[in-house]
Amino acid sequence: MSKPKIAFYWCAACGGCEEAVVDLAEDILGVLDAVDIVFWPVAMDFKKSDITALPDGALFATLLNGAIRSSEQEEMAQLLRRKSQHLIAYGACACHGGVPGLANQFSREQLLRFVYEEAPTLGEDGRSRPQLESEANGHELELPRLHQAVRALDQVVPVDYYVPGCPPTPKLTQEALAMLLSSNPPPRGSVLAPDTALCDECPRKSSKPSDLSFAGFRRPHEILLDPEKCLLAQGVVCCGPGTRGGCGALCVGGNMPCSGCFGPTSRVRDQGAKLLSSLCANIAAKDEAGINLALDGIPDPLGTFYRYALPHSILQRNVSQAARAETLSL
Amino acid sequence: MKTNLTNGDIRIGFYICHCGHNIGGVVDCTAVAHEITGLPGVVVSRDYKYMCSDPGQELIRNDIREHALNRIVVASCSPLLHEHTFRNAVEAGGLNRYFFQMVNIREHDSWVHTDHAKATTKAVALARAAVLRVRFHRALETTRVAIHPDVLVVGGGISGIHAALTLANAGKKVYLVERDPSIGGHMAKFDKTFPTLDCAACILTPKMSAVRANKNIKLWTYSEVAKVDGYVGNYTVTVRRKPRYVNEELCIGCQECIEACVFKEGKYPDEFNVGLSKRKPIYIPFPQAVPQVVVIDPERCLQLKSGRCKKTCVEACADRQAIDFTQKEEMAEIKVGNIIVATGFKLFDAKRIPQYGYGLYPNVVTSIELERLVTSSGPTGGEIIMRDGRTPQSVAFVLCVGSRDFRTNRWCSRTCCMHSMKLAQLVREHTGADVTVFYLDIRAPGKGCEEFYDKSLKDGIQFVRGRVAEVTDWALTPEEEGKLVIRAEDTLAGVVRRIPVDMIVLAVGMEPQADSQAVRRLFNMSCGSEGWFLEKHPKLAPVSTFTDGVFIAGCCQGPKDIPDSIAQAGAAAAEAMALIDRGYIEQEPNTAYVVEEDCSGCKSCLPLCPYTAITLDGTTQKATINAALCKGCGTCVAACPSGSIRQHLFEDDEIFSEIEGVLTHA
Repeated sequence: MSKPKIAFYWCAACGGCEEAVVDLAEDILGVLDAVDIVFWPVAMDFKKSDITALPDGALFATLLNGAIRSSEQEEMAQLLRRKSQHLIAYGACACHGGVPGLANQFSREQLLRFVYEEAPTLGEDGRSRPQLESEANGHELELPRLHQAVRALDQVVPVDYYVPGCPPTPKLTQEALAMLLSSNPPPRGSVLAPDTALCDECPRKSSKPSDLSFAGFRRPHEILLDPEKCLLAQGVVCCGPGTRGGCGALCVGGNMPCSGCFGPTSRVRDQGAKLLSSLCANIAAKDEAGINLALDGIPDPLGTFYRYALPHSILQRNVSQAARAETLSL
Repeated sequence: MKTNLTNGDIRIGFYICHCGHNIGGVVDCTAVAHEITGLPGVVVSRDYKYMCSDPGQELIRNDIREHALNRIVVASCSPLLHEHTFRNAVEAGGLNRYFFQMVNIREHDSWVHTDHAKATTKAVALARAAVLRVRFHRALETTRVAIHPDVLVVGGGISGIHAALTLANAGKKVYLVERDPSIGGHMAKFDKTFPTLDCAACILTPKMSAVRANKNIKLWTYSEVAKVDGYVGNYTVTVRRKPRYVNEELCIGCQECIEACVFKEGKYPDEFNVGLSKRKPIYIPFPQAVPQVVVIDPERCLQLKSGRCKKTCVEACADRQAIDFTQKEEMAEIKVGNIIVATGFKLFDAKRIPQYGYGLYPNVVTSIELERLVTSSGPTGGEIIMRDGRTPQSVAFVLCVGSRDFRTNRWCSRTCCMHSMKLAQLVREHTGADVTVFYLDIRAPGKGCEEFYDKSLKDGIQFVRGRVAEVTDWALTPEEEGKLVIRAEDTLAGVVRRIPVDMIVLAVGMEPQADSQAVRRLFNMSCGSEGWFLEKHPKLAPVSTFTDGVFIAGCCQGPKDIPDSIAQAGAAAAEAMALIDRGYIEQEPNTAYVVEEDCSGCKSCLPLCPYTAITLDGTTQKATINAALCKGCGTCVAACPSGSIRQHLFEDDEIFSEIEGVLTHA
């Protein structure tokens, strides 16, 4: 009997998730004992036509990382969905939109204008936008089109399982593959990580006071951090209370606060809003001036609380008047 | 999202009430009922003239039986009014009373909109939200919590005194907390009361003595409420007891210490006589003060200020040793089930209207100053004399000082017309002076008050209708020389008049206490825009507040006279007794709960609970909520960063489906 066929693919991503698979190191040999990798553009020479040629459902699973920003990514997501028995959103970007999702603060037009026309690093003659269609050496060239917004994978195609993390840890990846291949896989739609917040497994949990009462917030580079004490107790925004555990508190172990990459627990629709309510409710000051002073310590609230899950939040994206007008005109 | 719903076959009955023309006159109820028919799960959708009527409730009960309904939605008035009615009907029909959702399309819709089509669209949206929400309702049970039988009365004016006595006479234990060294309030300063002209002290003093004598009343004067925790039936109140430097238990009120004080004469303004006389650093507020215990003013007492005094007072007290310079402020904690707030009012500061010359001309006085002059126990022994010792030959009263004026206070202070007429009659009686009253409108609606106005007219008191423009001592004619001149338009005669008089009395109005906002927050009450404490319903719940178990009485709710204050105090006492004698309160099951396996023990919720209902379990290191203490405010639910605290009746699926229902455009 032939081994189950597995595909890896990347969309709007940084490459870190691919690195996470490579980080399996020699353990990847164990994976290869169990499965055949038939598609992995970042590491092996396969073509899209190899996949198109397969019958629908021929792949046992696809681990797709990255968010969906372009028409090409959407096309590949749909193709791989069709060909796979199990589609796995792998990593924070596929699960929740990830860091690329922060682009949803701006309209597509704002982004293109800044990147290709207004960025201070551009030379005078460099200010031109790439065209979707062009001709070179007698060839018709085509570029993928950018969508209005960044979406998580399940906002484009149905997803069977989620493996969160930026990137997912090797341990989590191995466990996920083992679970999938087992005779008793988890119910579809499951997130293959614990459903309690990170504090539950945090080694500093016992040092957290029962009344945080924030006088203000500071960023890690602004103070010398105590390596034992709860980071929130040191006035540093740690997203642990509002972030799914399962990473083994890696960042906290490295004396850095949790930045929220595992996304919210299943019970929370909007990770950023929840983190905000929880933190702000515990600010010591009760008058407006005092509260504002405390909040001055968080110069980028969106980038802090919605770093990984803006497209999946209730906010999803900025639909300011300018952005809406553009949407209507297209 | 986890939903875990196994609600089976949902069968919803929807009812929209016309409420006569209240709703039906604006919202097309038939159209709303028709629109709702098409929603998933809706089996019955009806409109009816009066849903709260017996036939209306019968309709619900019958439909539950006939159509096997298991969820009910009624669109009508505010849940404050009839949620209870309909929940009872649902229960009588055989369903759990929480399989019900109410939609307010009267206060939130028909009463606030004029566009019929848009109001109907809004009613549909609100009804749709409830229909989507009610699918997720779970069966819940109410719980009963015992009520602590003791009552706290805050404020020892006539309202507080009456409320405390009413409760104490019914056998309830009462804590009466008063800020000043004696109870009695404003009424203790009055000579006579309108419209009967009976002696204020004669009717107040027995009540004050009764407070002192009543074993059920714990009287704490010179004390203030510092903190209030808890909820109806179970309040924990912290009272700050200021040091009076005299032991209340030991002092017998002989006042020999006052006699013996190194100050031979009074030197400092006497608060009770509104500064018209002087008192010593050791004093008793007024002869009939309750308790009869002297008090030492730490700002004035040589011993307390410098530690260098012969302490003749201590010598005079001798073996009783009641004087204790080491007394410190104390905090006392008490438990009560109900609170009656009767913190009264303050008088308008006449200096705020400089053109009336108060503070500038010595013979411009306020009504309360004249009140003290008229009183036989006052600084002049009841003689109405001016600052220079002369008896006035002519006196003018200026009404509505600070009241009914958009520049100061817009409200009518209600009592100044009658109060001024009373003083005017007393001035006539005591001095025979000519009296002129400048008024805007005479308001004499109380029992016997119009007759009292008649009597004033017959007594020869002159009434001039018009707001006084200014008071001046700039004489233009020889008759005006040495007098104060009132300039006012006589709006009935249509002329501007100058009237020279010896003495002018400003009828200052009532204002909320200076610290009313702090007091409001302390007891979790609301205020109207003017600052008076807000009653729960202006007609149906005039002494209740929006906080259960907190009642208001007297002028802290708005200006009123003595009979009305007493009536309110009695009503507040009765409301408190109604709760105490029932013995328990039904607690809504809208409490929050922690799903233990989901909780990460992050402790974010612990400090947030205003009722200290959340604790961290020592063994599991997870949060737990004491349902008996939880009041369902939802603070912890919103703040739980991992969504592990949920709330009955406000589950996420209920709220999100409701939002969806409002936002879905049909």
